[in-house]
Amino acid sequence: MIALLLRDLRLALRAGGGFGLGLAFFLLVAVLVPLGVGPEPATLARIAPGILWVGALLACLLSLDRIFALDHEDGSLDLLATAPIPLEGVVAVKAAAHWIVTGLPLTLVSPLLGLLMNLPPDGYPLLLASLAIGTPALSVIGTFGAALTVGLKRGGLLLSLLVLPLYVPTLVFGAEAVRRGAAGMDVATPFLLLGGITAGVAALLPFASAAAVRINLR
Amino acid sequence: MSIWEYANPKKFMETSSIALPWAAAGALLCLLVGLVWGFFFTPDDYKQGSTVKIIYLHVPSALMAINAWLMMLVASLIWLVRRHHVSALAAKAAGPVGLTFTLVALVTGAVWGQPMWGTWWAWDPRLTSFLILALFYLGYIALWQAIENPDTAADLTSVLCIVGSVFAVLSRYAVNFWNQGLHQGASLSLDKEENVADVFYFPLLVCIGGFVLLFLTLVLLRTRTEIRVRRVQALLARERMA
Repeated sequence: MIALLLRDLRLALRAGGGFGLGLAFFLLVAVLVPLGVGPEPATLARIAPGILWVGALLACLLSLDRIFALDHEDGSLDLLATAPIPLEGVVAVKAAAHWIVTGLPLTLVSPLLGLLMNLPPDGYPLLLASLAIGTPALSVIGTFGAALTVGLKRGGLLLSLLVLPLYVPTLVFGAEAVRRGAAGMDVATPFLLLGGITAGVAALLPFASAAAVRINLR
Repeated sequence: MSIWEYANPKKFMETSSIALPWAAAGALLCLLVGLVWGFFFTPDDYKQGSTVKIIYLHVPSALMAINAWLMMLVASLIWLVRRHHVSALAAKAAGPVGLTFTLVALVTGAVWGQPMWGTWWAWDPRLTSFLILALFYLGYIALWQAIENPDTAADLTSVLCIVGSVFAVLSRYAVNFWNQGLHQGASLSLDKEENVADVFYFPLLVCIGGFVLLFLTLVLLRTRTEIRVRRVQALLARERMA
């Protein structure tokens, strides 16, 4: 499984595209929103948590179709399906690799973009923490969406349509945690719920994703 | 005699052709009685005036929007466990019907909200979760459309339906998190002391019955169509082979 993880990471880094593209997209969102809504610091501070979370979510969405598409095209997905490790494990590793190349960098640069969005100082540690806890859920759910659409020629748009509603709970709790933190309120509840979603999704969804991949490979 | 007999398409077609006119007539009768009773023979609410009558469309369609998804969930599970094609086709048939009910509930809600709340739309938990439900229906229908192999499509949409159900419930509670919002609580529960007054209650029940029968009629009709489409495809395939 570690070998598979390293292989996926190496492919993602050397083939280019996904890794930097998601970050650039995230940056663009954080630049475009102030241009769109105007530069008043108070307005920006109020919408910053939500915008940063939505930006991270969309940036995550961009690279989802790469999770299985390339492996499906060159046939290595079939090999992985017959490999000694169960397909559920393969799917979980793929989700982890996707998180490391998109979710983790997004989390790390988010304070910088918080600066652009005039996020209140209390919000920074919470933004980091909520993205660190929430983005794994985005990757796991996204892997499920990618597994559903792996056999399709033009699955990109369909993938977004399938995955975005599934992102709702994560987005609500994640943005709510930062918003409450920035307003100086108690953040334990949204954080616990966010952690619960990530843990539950990571434990259960790989089974659904693996089932979907199996159906698509049949 | 077991319910699985109806998994046989021929048996299903025979039985549904008998049941269909009855369901359709029942739906028509209930809706006619319920709506006429509701619209013309109930008093106006002392606060809401005659806008209260939107309830006869709004509540039943909202109820059926959720029940249609539940029915799809059960049908999907049956397909995954027992591989009865009629079940998968019934789930497929229910998708657009459920979406329509969801949209009807949203539109009638907006029409009602405008005079009552002064706004067409508010990001209230109930409203938001219904919008999300509409998105789930859209995704489900789009997945059916996108996949060519019918068995693969049935399998994948079933998996999506099960996962989607969990997330639909999660979303419902997630948006609840904001606050109670503008929408009132349930006023039709069986176990609550304060429900909607009897004058409104009975025509509403008739309307709900009408919507249930309407749903049944539409799903039967659409399932029959799907089965016929399958038969035509099978015939065409056989012709090509010959």
